[in-house]
Amino acid sequence: MSETSPSAETTVAAFDVRMTRFVDAAGTVLAPLPAFAQDPEELRRMYRVMVETRAIDRKAVALQRTGQLGTYASCLGQEAIGTATGIAMHADDVLIPAYRDYAAQFLRGVPAESTFLYWAGDERSMHFPEGTPSRHDFPFSVPIGTHIPQAIGVAYAFRLRKQPRVAVAACGDGATSRGDFYEAVSSAKVWNLPVVFLISNNQWAISLPRARQTGAQTLAQKAIAGGIPGEQVDGNDVIATRHVLERALAAARAGEGPRVIEAVTYRLHDHTTADDARRYRAEDELEDAWTRCPIKRLRACMATLGCWSVADEEELEAQAAARAEAVAQAYFAVQPEMPQAIFDSLYATLPTALGAQRAEVMTAPAPQTEH
Amino acid sequence: MADLNIIEAVNLALKSEMARDENVLVLGEDIGRNGGVFRATVGLLDAYGPERVIDMPLAENLIAAMAIGLSTQGLRPVAEIQFSGFLYPCLDQIANHAARYRNRTRGRITCPLVIRAPNGGGIHAPEHHSESMETFFAHMPGLRVIAPSNPARAYGLLLAAIRDPDPVIFLEPTRCYRLFKQAVEDSGEALPLDTAFVEREGTHLTLVSWGAMMHETRLAADALAQEGVSCELIDVASLKPLDMDTILASVTKTGRCVIVQEAPRAYGPASEIAANLAEHGLLSLFAPVLRVSGYDTVMPLARLEKVYLPDVRRIVAEVRKLLELAPVG
Ligand SMILES: [Mg+2]
Repeated sequence: MSETSPSAETTVAAFDVRMTRFVDAAGTVLAPLPAFAQDPEELRRMYRVMVETRAIDRKAVALQRTGQLGTYASCLGQEAIGTATGIAMHADDVLIPAYRDYAAQFLRGVPAESTFLYWAGDERSMHFPEGTPSRHDFPFSVPIGTHIPQAIGVAYAFRLRKQPRVAVAACGDGATSRGDFYEAVSSAKVWNLPVVFLISNNQWAISLPRARQTGAQTLAQKAIAGGIPGEQVDGNDVIATRHVLERALAAARAGEGPRVIEAVTYRLHDHTTADDARRYRAEDELEDAWTRCPIKRLRACMATLGCWSVADEEELEAQAAARAEAVAQAYFAVQPEMPQAIFDSLYATLPTALGAQRAEVMTAPAPQTEH
Repeated sequence: MADLNIIEAVNLALKSEMARDENVLVLGEDIGRNGGVFRATVGLLDAYGPERVIDMPLAENLIAAMAIGLSTQGLRPVAEIQFSGFLYPCLDQIANHAARYRNRTRGRITCPLVIRAPNGGGIHAPEHHSESMETFFAHMPGLRVIAPSNPARAYGLLLAAIRDPDPVIFLEPTRCYRLFKQAVEDSGEALPLDTAFVEREGTHLTLVSWGAMMHETRLAADALAQEGVSCELIDVASLKPLDMDTILASVTKTGRCVIVQEAPRAYGPASEIAANLAEHGLLSLFAPVLRVSGYDTVMPLARLEKVYLPDVRRIVAEVRKLLELAPVG
């Protein structure tokens, strides 16, 4: 213990929280890029994923506005985080997402029409396809943050079996107000688990701004109380976000334990299509946030580096629009499940006691179905 | 074959299944070196090590969530919640996640987990330690809810719960943990999870109960036998799914039924059983189905808990009332 006298106060612990950014809002490269970003094809790949995700996202909003989809949560402005996550993760890692991590899910093999199907209200959307990395991923999680401590169990299983796999638990800024988040962050280091907690801080928990969620200076620093590293990254800089995620995943995989990444971004859309942010959010704040758009930023960066042309952009825009349309058509083609489906995945084997209810559903007149 | 009480039978089932299946692990508060506050996990740490016997921080929500995460990876976690009132923080995880993953992923992600907890009062425990929780869980689609009432069933049903591919809430009768012993063979044989047990045959009326109240109900049946009343005794054991066939078959024979439950009366399993008897067994009944239960009050603290808890006196009184409405013979 300290040699100082009992009445003296000494600093027994001190911390700092670092923020990583390689490319600023204007697309200017601020520091030597990580190796992957020195390959123009990698930059184009990330750009393509972001642009296609945005096109699909816009299509979903359009379908909702025209009565062809249920309430939808847009990822507008947050495409870089999902893209970086999907690329950084290994195939046999497990993604435990919230509900705005579409780009990561697409990259891991979730068909985009499943996203539409989910918001249309069809459980089959969460039966991710065999033979893709998403096969072991968790489905969308709507209750805020409750999925996060489940990552402790998933990562514990990896450690118990000595598998070089990592669990990635994704959440928003709102979820970090919850006990679930704290319980997970508080305990992860006890077993030195291979888990990465990824916060997409989009500045808003529906109508509650970041400053009114917590007095904490950063959300990343919430890691520190749990004895694990916490860092910020510019979540609209896809290069920085991928770099930081790859570093965290490699560390977790190498047995260095958990960490928290706060990716700072901005929700450019309403919370969902059922929300109207104009009620509580100033227009000039939104306009300012658009200047930091991750897609615009990488395009400017690539243009400066000479690996992206106007012709490339036009070609990609057309491709992305065609893909979004194809996704919509694939979604329209999915017929509703049979009524008895509400029973058929409830248990491994349906208890006899439920047989009569299932039979009732099967013999009832077919309900009106809708997209 | 050894004479065991219920807590020893639980311990034996855990030991036996951990030996049989390396995917089985236990987690909970004070379950390692301390062996659990009721000693259900004594010896497991030495036998299976800290990786499979996980002492958890004091966060029941985390315990439930971690069990879910483990179970999705094909492990078979058995989580202990120290006292029944501490199950409340787990409700979110159980209702929103454990009970739903199979359905919402159409069978892709499943939760073969068990959450064990002592259930009910009668041991003069502190506040929040004596709640009867079965109604909460029996209302949640996707779960199984088991409430054993003797050592052999505690052993056989716990094996079945661990082996079941779906989430099981396993509510143990706190006050009966050390009340009596029974010969239990470590046979590794599971009992069925969706079957009520006809424990004693009788002709005049059917007494239905589960968990700790089975003990009071047995004593009541003994007392009534002295008066020449022949009771058929059914241990429901599985509250979800509920084996109404066995109960209906008995009531069809006896024409009279009293249901005994420790939980508050309103909306509880006794009400569900009574409603089923009204729907499917009315023409066999000589009299209304009666319920003996805890009152619709907050569970009293130790000094008044006996006022709340159904006992032999209340059960016998209710049976006499029934026999006045519909005399035997
Ligand atoms: Mg937010």
